[in-house]
Amino acid sequence: MRRLLWPAVVLVLLLALNIFFTPSFFSVQVRDGHLYGSLIDILRFGAPLILVSIGMTLVIATGGIDLSVGSVVAISGALACLQISEDAGLPMAVAAALGLCLVLGAWNGFLVAAVGIQPIIATLILMVAGRGLAQLITDGQIITINDPAYKVIGGGYWLTVPFGILVVIAVLGITAFLTRRLALGMLIESVGGNAEASRLAGIRARGIVIMVYASAALCAGVAGLMISSNVSSADGNNAGLWIELDAILAVVIGGTSLAGGRFSLSGTVLGALIIQTLTTTIYSIGVPPETTLLFKALVVTAVCLIQSPSFRAKAFRRRGRSAPTQPSPEERVLAGRGGTA
Amino acid sequence: MTALTFGRASVPVKYLPVLVTGCLFVAMFVAGGIRYEGFASGQVVLNVFIDNAFLLVVAVGMTFVILTGGIDLSVGSVVALSTMIAASLMEGPGWPPYVVVPLVLLIGSGLGLVMGWIIQSFDIQPFIVTLAGMFLARGLCYTIGTDSIPIRDATFTAFAQTRIDLFADLWVSPSVVIALVVVAVAAYVLHYTRFGRSVYATGGNEQSALLMGLPVARTKITVYTVSGFCSALGGVLLSFYMLSGYGLHAVGMELDAIAAVVIGGTLLTGGTGFLLGTVLGVLVLGLIQTIISFEGTLNSWWTKIFIGLLLFVFILLQRPFSGRVRR
Repeated sequence: MRRLLWPAVVLVLLLALNIFFTPSFFSVQVRDGHLYGSLIDILRFGAPLILVSIGMTLVIATGGIDLSVGSVVAISGALACLQISEDAGLPMAVAAALGLCLVLGAWNGFLVAAVGIQPIIATLILMVAGRGLAQLITDGQIITINDPAYKVIGGGYWLTVPFGILVVIAVLGITAFLTRRLALGMLIESVGGNAEASRLAGIRARGIVIMVYASAALCAGVAGLMISSNVSSADGNNAGLWIELDAILAVVIGGTSLAGGRFSLSGTVLGALIIQTLTTTIYSIGVPPETTLLFKALVVTAVCLIQSPSFRAKAFRRRGRSAPTQPSPEERVLAGRGGTA
Repeated sequence: MTALTFGRASVPVKYLPVLVTGCLFVAMFVAGGIRYEGFASGQVVLNVFIDNAFLLVVAVGMTFVILTGGIDLSVGSVVALSTMIAASLMEGPGWPPYVVVPLVLLIGSGLGLVMGWIIQSFDIQPFIVTLAGMFLARGLCYTIGTDSIPIRDATFTAFAQTRIDLFADLWVSPSVVIALVVVAVAAYVLHYTRFGRSVYATGGNEQSALLMGLPVARTKITVYTVSGFCSALGGVLLSFYMLSGYGLHAVGMELDAIAAVVIGGTLLTGGTGFLLGTVLGVLVLGLIQTIISFEGTLNSWWTKIFIGLLLFVFILLQRPFSGRVRR
């Protein structure tokens, strides 16, 4: 659990910072049968990012990366809104959108696992083409819809809790069960550690990789439904723009290595919450919106530096605590030679 | 050396991806010439250069980084930051261009240097560090100003609007000349200097490069500095082209640059690829846009779909030749 220490500290610090500017920050009330409060808002607006990040975590655990989730978010919202605007009915719209996302995700997985293209390139294809596809679906317009039932997905409440939060809890629960209670998580990690070795050990690496990309796209699809439902419109150009970068960031902040081989779902949720809290904090402490990105860059750099074993080794050398450092390339080479530096 | 033979001619396999890209460019040009009136002229090709000079320079920097097996996501934002700094300094305090331009180049290189240093000394993924750099540069843009700043400096606009006449009514802008000089210098550095060999060696196998005694750390830091410099120069060229500085300039340019490098046959794992391929990659991307504008009825989003398809076709074509496939 030591891995989760630093992200948790950062999150607590960020939340604590808000107290000085908004004394009522931690109060959560029930108004009109709905939960209200800044903390609830962070969870509610952070829901799409958490979803995308959960999917991304599994992809990164296999040693891959999925750049296309932002485009998938746009495609899912666009298709759902198009279907609703054509009176196809809510279940049909949601099913069509999520179905298409599954297909797109499986396509990514196919390119990576069966064709053997590097993940970053394989998903770059869909990232670029997917934006075009989303605009093709919306015909370059912003589709505006008025469907109270669809509105519930991103902006509604169920049992006083925002519906989005419930969706996140459900997805997180299912993913955690599948990966930590069943063997799936171990299989994913073994594929990430060494795909060839796990294939020789009898693991169907291909199937697992395809499934992981499909589930990442499915998560992105649900996030896309949430985002478009929250604003009751679909914007092929801007929906989910750069969410893939935020999601990758959330995963890395959560302590999952981009090299693959292990993952931490709770770390990812922490990471996504840090990013969303950062955004909320920036608004609440009155940092001018122009400098939002600047602030984000500083926090991201700080978090990544703190987590870097070699930074900790250099910065905290005096404390004499030998952190479990990853050897630097030089050290690896020396160790490989059996030399004593 | 492995080689493919076509009749009598034999082509080393390592040149094949570049050759495929070259053939594709020619094929697209011929197809365009047959389909559209007035397409098959020298000026159309030159216009592709004129409209994409900044992308060419940025893609050259990206090639260095990708050859070492890294990636630089910050280039688009650094381009925007450069246009913003240049415009605000020339418009506000009225600094002359010959002070502003070197300053902009220095800032870009500095940003690249810092990113390279963090990547190398703290062993953090290039993807994440340059992502933070992307946020930082974009954030700095908006801090300078959220509106577009026009550039009205007399010397600067005069230079930007200069036409360099070639033979027979053909012309190019000074930006094209600058871009071609950058390409030539970069090609020389990559293929004929010690640093260039270290770049390839580092990308090929970092540990072997270390064992060979090559300055891997210095090489890695330098390539990010080169990329920062190229991005800043790309920003200067973009401000010639746009005559304005704006925080929303060059959004997503990092993707175009990466796509150009990949279409040009450089492997993202590093160690393999040629600068000429990158040039052809940029030309192919530019020609797609030209064809879509000639077609007239196609909407702009078809550009993205075509680029995506093209990326796909290219990667498939190159796969048998990539030799070393990950996984």
